[in-house]
Amino acid sequence: MIPEIGHFALILALALAACQAILPLLGAHRNDTALMSVASYATYGQFLFVAISFVCLTIAFLSDDFSVLYVANHSQLALPTQYKISAVWSAHEGSLLMWILLLAGWTAAVAKFRSDMPDQLVARVIGVLGLLSIGFLLFALLTSNPFDRLIPAALDGGDLNPLLQDPGLAIHPPLLYVGYVGFSVAFAFAIAAMLSGDLDENWARWTRPWTVVAWLFLTMGIALGSWWAYYELGWGGWWFWDPVENASFMPWLMGTALIHSLAVTERRGLFKSWTLLLAISTFSLSLLGTFLVRSGIIVSVHAFATDPTRGFFILAFLAVVVIGALALYAWRAPALDSTAGFNAASRETFLLLNNVLLVVATTLVLLGTLAPLIVEMLNGGKISIGPPWFEVAFLIPMIPLVFLMGFGMHTAWRKQNEGVWFKVLKIPAIAAIVIGVILPLLFYGRVSLMLVVGCTAAVWVVATALIQPYRSWRRKDGTAGITRSALGMSIAHLGMGLFVLGATIVSAFGIESDRAMRIGETLEVADLQFQLRELREVAGPNYTAIEAVVEIRDGAEFIATVRPQKRQYLVQKNWMTEAGIHPTWNKDLFIALGDQLGDGSWSVRIQYKPMIRFLWIGAFVMALGGMVSVSDRRYRKSKK
Amino acid sequence: MNRFLLPLVAVVIMIPIMILGLQSDPSKLPSQYIGKPAPEFSLPTLIDPSKTFSTADLKGQISLVNIWATWCGGCRTEHGFLMELARTNTIPIYAIDWRDNRPEALNFMNQLGNPYVASGFDEDGRVGIDWGAYGAPETFLIDADGIVVYRFTGPLNRALWEQEFVPRIAELQE
Repeated sequence: MIPEIGHFALILALALAACQAILPLLGAHRNDTALMSVASYATYGQFLFVAISFVCLTIAFLSDDFSVLYVANHSQLALPTQYKISAVWSAHEGSLLMWILLLAGWTAAVAKFRSDMPDQLVARVIGVLGLLSIGFLLFALLTSNPFDRLIPAALDGGDLNPLLQDPGLAIHPPLLYVGYVGFSVAFAFAIAAMLSGDLDENWARWTRPWTVVAWLFLTMGIALGSWWAYYELGWGGWWFWDPVENASFMPWLMGTALIHSLAVTERRGLFKSWTLLLAISTFSLSLLGTFLVRSGIIVSVHAFATDPTRGFFILAFLAVVVIGALALYAWRAPALDSTAGFNAASRETFLLLNNVLLVVATTLVLLGTLAPLIVEMLNGGKISIGPPWFEVAFLIPMIPLVFLMGFGMHTAWRKQNEGVWFKVLKIPAIAAIVIGVILPLLFYGRVSLMLVVGCTAAVWVVATALIQPYRSWRRKDGTAGITRSALGMSIAHLGMGLFVLGATIVSAFGIESDRAMRIGETLEVADLQFQLRELREVAGPNYTAIEAVVEIRDGAEFIATVRPQKRQYLVQKNWMTEAGIHPTWNKDLFIALGDQLGDGSWSVRIQYKPMIRFLWIGAFVMALGGMVSVSDRRYRKSKK
Repeated sequence: MNRFLLPLVAVVIMIPIMILGLQSDPSKLPSQYIGKPAPEFSLPTLIDPSKTFSTADLKGQISLVNIWATWCGGCRTEHGFLMELARTNTIPIYAIDWRDNRPEALNFMNQLGNPYVASGFDEDGRVGIDWGAYGAPETFLIDADGIVVYRFTGPLNRALWEQEFVPRIAELQE
């Protein structure tokens, strides 16, 4: 019964999505207030029914209803409750339902927090989001119904992939999806602007907070995924340039460009058609990511099960959305184009460079991701483009981007006085070069061109990001303080600097060492001594484990004792590696217990990861910057 | 040409690439190694990490290479049939235990039996990727010269075996 309610609610949601799409768009076109007022009610209704459907699927999981195919395939009686919940979005059908729920949620949020937006714009934005909802609801109902029955019902389920039974992975997809789906709002604003032909500074002011919120969730989602891969898989890496990772990274890069372009549109009324194109591209890349992940056309270790019907559906949908949007763009954008020029030494120039470099970076990632497909078409067989290519290609636009960032922050709109530049940036520039050379030499005893470039860039960005907040803090009474928006920007850029520093140091000085170890034996990695003191059996609440007690010393000095474990979960008989990590702000010492080798020794993986925390701290600081900037007062005007 | 049309043109060019990409459905696509020697690899075996299973083991006889893992439901499904093949000495079955966990895999074999002559333990999944594995289970038919003859994706059973493998093996034996 419950699954049928869920299925039926999804069908009702489709009907409401149709109302939500057609009536407000028609109303906005005819300037009919009654039709436009349908928008928010249809939206809340659609959200309610999708939520009912989602709850029904969750109940099916919690009540172990193995007569539902999706539940039977992805859960099991003995699965812990929290993972029965996260199993809801662990595979294609359920994660698609979550996508639909989040899309409805974003739309409801637009209807609720409309700020001082005119009715017509609200109606158009909600209408466009309704069109997207229709597409995804049809996709779910026609090809990927999560409520399909399994007859006869299974006695027990096939269980959730043990790799997914981890708290980090339970919350990583929802965060990522909030970001992915959130870019649909920016897309809808772009379409609405092209439909109406009105695109002014206010439009950009309304669009910005939605875009920034989507972006900050995507930032956190990507960072969390990277962190999970590091501590749970124990591969020692934090980014693998896997197609699925790229699928989330491309919208992030494009979304970052969009945020910056929106700033120009809001402050100066420039870059209008460019902003529209970025908004369309960002969401199109989100859709492309979905297509790549769910159609199985690209080889990836974490691609969803392949199904050509689904592939064709999502490709057709992608084609309709993207071609429709770009055709509208080709038709309407020329009228919205801003012809006004700007001075070369101005913030506008730097933001333009930012956009160009980010678009180049996105294009390179896109090419690398699609290259295997193109090569295959040219009959070159299946190829996989590896991290070495991406690492080199990606740095080409990124290095100038990071250096220009410091200038851009301290360049005035319209026209910059070059003398002021020199005055403000002199100290950070000297600090960056000096610290950039000294830091690797002093702490790590080695220096190379890439190291100096990376460290200099990082210090430069950190220093230039701190200038404005520092001055605002030290300001005398009567001078203007920093706005939330500018503070947010500084914080986000500071995060970028921290990230660059972490990435540079860990790539250059990280050590991974796979060794065999006996009780009492001491291994030396990165000038530290790791001694295996004892191995013992310990019991947890729902597992037994073999625990190694490893003492880390630096010569005579005791550093830490870590306890990596190999756990066997009692109910499921799953073995899980629980790495022993000794984290400090500037390095991680990481020990994972491998297997017992024939001669009584154990294989261990010892890793020394200097400054690796800076990667994730940097990403979260970036997201924090987004939050601060969204809290700026000008985004919260209410309707007069 | 109008510069505002450029993005549209770019996308319109990309769409057919995607359609063609879709038509080469990976579950039906032959392995890139069909008719070519199996990829070079050397893996520690699952049972005894000090021994290795490598490309050289595949020469001199017609054999199967089965890519499996304990996390894969389909592998559990086909395991009974693989046991049957092993019991009847139909063909030597080699395996690559893909992206798996050693104790769990050993436990799996203790419970369900070991149909494999040797199972290489491919912890980080590199060898599986070299073989072009899209998802376990996958079964490759290798001839006596170590050439990949056929690739089958999905769980095997008696009917599929008779239909897909038996004629090909007969052909090889001629």
